[in-house]
Amino acid sequence: MNVIKNLFSPKKRSRTISLLIVIIAYAILQIMSSTHNISRLLMSLLVPVCAYITAAIGLNLNVGFSGELNLGQAGFMSIGAFTSVIIAGIFNANGIEGIPVLIVCIICGSIMAALIGWLISVPVLKLQGDYLAIVTLAFGQIIMSLINNLYVGLDANGLHFAFVTNNMTLAEGGRMLISGPMGATGVRTVSTLTAGAVLVIIALLIAYNLIDSKSGRAITAARDNRIAAESIGISISKTKTLAFVVSASLGGAAGALYALNYSSFVAAKFDFNSSILLLVYVVLGGLGNMSGTIISTALLVVLPEMLRFLQSYRMLIYAIVLIAIMLISNNETLKTKAEQFRNKLGASKRKGAE
Amino acid sequence: MAFLSYLISGLGLGSVYAIIALGYSMVYGIAKMLNFAHGDIIMAGAYAAFFAMTAAGMPLLAAALISMVICTLLGVTIERLAYKPLRQASSLSVLITAIGVSYFLQNASQLMFGSDTKIFPSVLSGSFSLFNGRLSVSYLSVLTIVICVVIMSVLTLFINKTKTGKAMRACSEDKGAAVLMGINVDAIISITFAIGSGLAAIAAILLCATYPSVYPTLGSMPGIRAFTAAVFGGIGSIPGAFLGGLMLGIIETLAKAYISTQLSDAIVFAVLIIVLLIRPTGLLGKKVSVKV
Repeated sequence: MNVIKNLFSPKKRSRTISLLIVIIAYAILQIMSSTHNISRLLMSLLVPVCAYITAAIGLNLNVGFSGELNLGQAGFMSIGAFTSVIIAGIFNANGIEGIPVLIVCIICGSIMAALIGWLISVPVLKLQGDYLAIVTLAFGQIIMSLINNLYVGLDANGLHFAFVTNNMTLAEGGRMLISGPMGATGVRTVSTLTAGAVLVIIALLIAYNLIDSKSGRAITAARDNRIAAESIGISISKTKTLAFVVSASLGGAAGALYALNYSSFVAAKFDFNSSILLLVYVVLGGLGNMSGTIISTALLVVLPEMLRFLQSYRMLIYAIVLIAIMLISNNETLKTKAEQFRNKLGASKRKGAE
Repeated sequence: MAFLSYLISGLGLGSVYAIIALGYSMVYGIAKMLNFAHGDIIMAGAYAAFFAMTAAGMPLLAAALISMVICTLLGVTIERLAYKPLRQASSLSVLITAIGVSYFLQNASQLMFGSDTKIFPSVLSGSFSLFNGRLSVSYLSVLTIVICVVIMSVLTLFINKTKTGKAMRACSEDKGAAVLMGINVDAIISITFAIGSGLAAIAAILLCATYPSVYPTLGSMPGIRAFTAAVFGGIGSIPGAFLGGLMLGIIETLAKAYISTQLSDAIVFAVLIIVLLIRPTGLLGKKVSVKV
């Protein structure tokens, strides 16, 4: 009993609730898929949803907790995705298949993204506000543009790299892993819903452990009042870098999961629009609210597919829904009404306690 | 000579970016929001001009006028319906709304006009040669540069000399104080959106004269470029947007000519990052110090 009480203590409540949401959703989906009560369309969306949730959790750390607008999260997904394609290619050539490949790919993808995120964070975090936002946008575009011109081939002699023009000749039995604008091809798909759910849970644990740690408190302090935080000896650049790098590594892990779910994909998949979409998921779910991020990501990835019966009107409806949510959630009269309702509820609860 | 001709075409392209960036920067300066739908107003202007010229058979100037009127109305309507209710909301909510508006405009135009690419009628072709024919300059580049300089000068005069311009500067400095001085802030913001959208229509026609194809996502890339140009020059500053636009156009054209077409995007953004590292608020941006 005490354990449960502890799990729902004010400090741990949000962590427990978000983990429960993932576990319950996973259980329901598993039951549905084992009894074949799930449409093929929804089935095909499950792994991408998990990948987007992981990337959005990372972005929420950056935007919600660190308070820096990041318009380049898809770039980190891209790094993770293409790193994992290369590693999976090497493993497959040596006859290793299945879940071990996925695990190594996710780890390597997140390390690679974290490394590049760390390099990028040095110039990025010198700036503030909208200037910082545009530099993350710029890095996202640069990453996409570079990968779009990258050629990687694998044969008996090892890996071959080429840039801009593909001038490599592979030995017999070799194959291209990444071919520039054509993207990654011939990927063996290993991602599963279980792997996705585990990754989301790990991402949540990482995020919550960071938030509840000393560094996490430093991050929120630096967000709420930069000058005050600096004056009590918190290193702003260190805390912001930490949030940025963890966010990038979660993006990389998400990219790896995403990549191994498709037999082929292009670098343009991770463009400015996908970065913006991730930001939309985070903002709609509520800044700093992980459960909200999970629910809004799942809904907004599935929504356009569910709206398919509207045919060409679906993206129009999607846009209207987006604007309407923003207008309604910021409506002053509705806000005061909600406030009054909450106060009433609180008052009756207190009365009951007496 | 080749360098000079690239430089002139770069200036032409940069002038288009500068006109778009002026609209972006003015809206940012006064409403303090990144209007991501600005690029899609360009798209609307391009379609308006296209149909005015092909379906209605209007001459270029009349089509430009129609396109400007439609864009201005569209810009003001969007501001009234989508952005005005969010004056007190967080900047992120406004950003997401702007993205929603951008999706809406793209998909609405796809539904109305189809997703196929329409060929914009040729507006101004031909060129003249200088230096005994060693350098050929297209009339279009010259026209674009001239229009851009005129717009920039008129806008600077408007902001600095007229009463409305003064009110605009007051709003961008301190909205609360501006209200107390009897300035109608809502009207000023509407005027700003009207001017920005009208400029977008001019940019649309110049853009389509250079790249004669009209399609629903036409505005997104120039929109991002103009946003970059505005930040490059210092967002909120009118001469900054002008300078940033020109520089961006020149860098892009030279990078395409001398380094690599595929990598021109990466080079443009790399230059932006370097500039921001040296001058964190853009080339002509004001440095704001925060009082404790």
